[in-house]
Amino acid sequence: MPHMTDERVRAGLAREEDLSLLNEVSMKTAGVSHLEMCIQCGTCGGSCPVAIDMDHTPRMLFAMLRAGMREEVLRSNTPWICVSCYHCVVRCPQEVHIADVMYTLKGMAIKAKLYSNSTAPDFSQTFVDMVETFGRSYELGLASRHYLRHFPLRLPGMMPMGFGMITKGRMAITPKRIKHMDQLKKILNRAKQLELTS
Amino acid sequence: MNKYLLYPGCSMESSAKAYMDSLNAIMEPLDLQLEEIDDWNCCGATEYLGINLIPAYSLIARNLALAANQANQMNSTRTVVAPCSACYLNLAKADYYMQERPSLGVKVNEALEAGGLQYKPGTLDVRHLIDILVYDVGLETIRSKVTHPLNGLKVAPYMGCMLPRPDYQNRWSDHEHPTELDDLLRALGADVIDYPLTTSCCGGHMTQIGPETAFELIRRLVADADERGAVMMVTVCPMCQMNIDAYQNEMNHYFGVSYHMPILFFTQLMGLAFGGKPEKLGIGAELVNARNALATIGVEVPITQEPTAKRKKDEGLPMPRRWSKREEGKEAVK
Repeated sequence: MPHMTDERVRAGLAREEDLSLLNEVSMKTAGVSHLEMCIQCGTCGGSCPVAIDMDHTPRMLFAMLRAGMREEVLRSNTPWICVSCYHCVVRCPQEVHIADVMYTLKGMAIKAKLYSNSTAPDFSQTFVDMVETFGRSYELGLASRHYLRHFPLRLPGMMPMGFGMITKGRMAITPKRIKHMDQLKKILNRAKQLELTS
Repeated sequence: MNKYLLYPGCSMESSAKAYMDSLNAIMEPLDLQLEEIDDWNCCGATEYLGINLIPAYSLIARNLALAANQANQMNSTRTVVAPCSACYLNLAKADYYMQERPSLGVKVNEALEAGGLQYKPGTLDVRHLIDILVYDVGLETIRSKVTHPLNGLKVAPYMGCMLPRPDYQNRWSDHEHPTELDDLLRALGADVIDYPLTTSCCGGHMTQIGPETAFELIRRLVADADERGAVMMVTVCPMCQMNIDAYQNEMNHYFGVSYHMPILFFTQLMGLAFGGKPEKLGIGAELVNARNALATIGVEVPITQEPTAKRKKDEGLPMPRRWSKREEGKEAVK
């Protein structure tokens, strides 16, 4: 922090900037996030095909991160609406890994149990459960568990599609399992004990 | 002989079986040999990354470690080919970030060690199937194998988003308007329309968790292809195919529209152009059938049993509901 700011803080003219949230998110993101480089140009929100459904555009969310608004950020539906299309990522003049920051925020929101009323975290968790059990994704199990739990009323409407997928051989009734599931489990168990901090 | 390691990905054995069937059908004419990575596991799609970082990257890296071991034994290639854009991106991303952020690489390797594996990032080249076909096999070779050119078939080339972006290794002609798929389809003789939405998103997993968001994205893609006169869309990604194909009916219901826009994998069209039979190429497995579209160039698709589900009654006027119902009470984005 520059010297001038220190003086202003001491004089009561400004609050000391708390960048701990910004740094935490940046640290927890895979790769080098460049998050602190954001210049608030708004190219991300302007490029986003689903910004209209978001509580905050990515630009706003990054400003909130800088402002240390932890709870508001983790409650935002923005990371859950992000479709990972990477339009913003290739247009960002500061090369912020925007989509990866969204993944980080999802993980943080789940751990803090602060995510907005969305079925998305549960969908991800169900998907992960299937993969951790079989080593491969299992669409029928995933779809039926997710719909039964969250959209039971939509199930009848989904039947023709599901029926079509099964009769056309595009959805297996039973899951596929990898041979060395024990090995994968050992890897994932060890991985869960490790967290990216530095 | 072009020899590579293959990471098929989960969808190739289920929802995108047609992609696998048609890939198998074009391998011989193109003298392409793909050796499957033994005991590969799911890449985690876009789900695992949002839950826990190190396990997500370790899940992906197990595949890279297995592939690197297999490449060592084969001693002929270090290229992994993924036909699915999401798998391709995940594998490429793990390989890249483990180098960009060495501490990630260290932790992931610590996890892999628990399973007796390790992976040195940068060992492998991760590439998508269409990359191999256009840049290794080459358009000249592909053109020389065409016995039944697709002259007159108006197609919309749909690249999707996760293939040309973020593009860690600069493999594509452009991030937003790449021409690889256009060029390949032209080599098959097809009439390729200008399709500016070629790398717009199909909605990804939003069809499952926020269908209204996804329906709008699907509508834009289908409507634009339709308005520009395409009789079908052509894709390189199982997720795109699934969303545009399996959710088109629901999208039609949601907006009160009635599009019929089949979407096939580019390998299926390659198979047709090489003289393959539609039924050997998985044609007919799509829910929005491509029969009429293919009839425009005289290709006959045998009729398979169609699910005979009743359609709900169409009620009221076809209102674009998103703008009336959903926008109410929502603050404008400042």
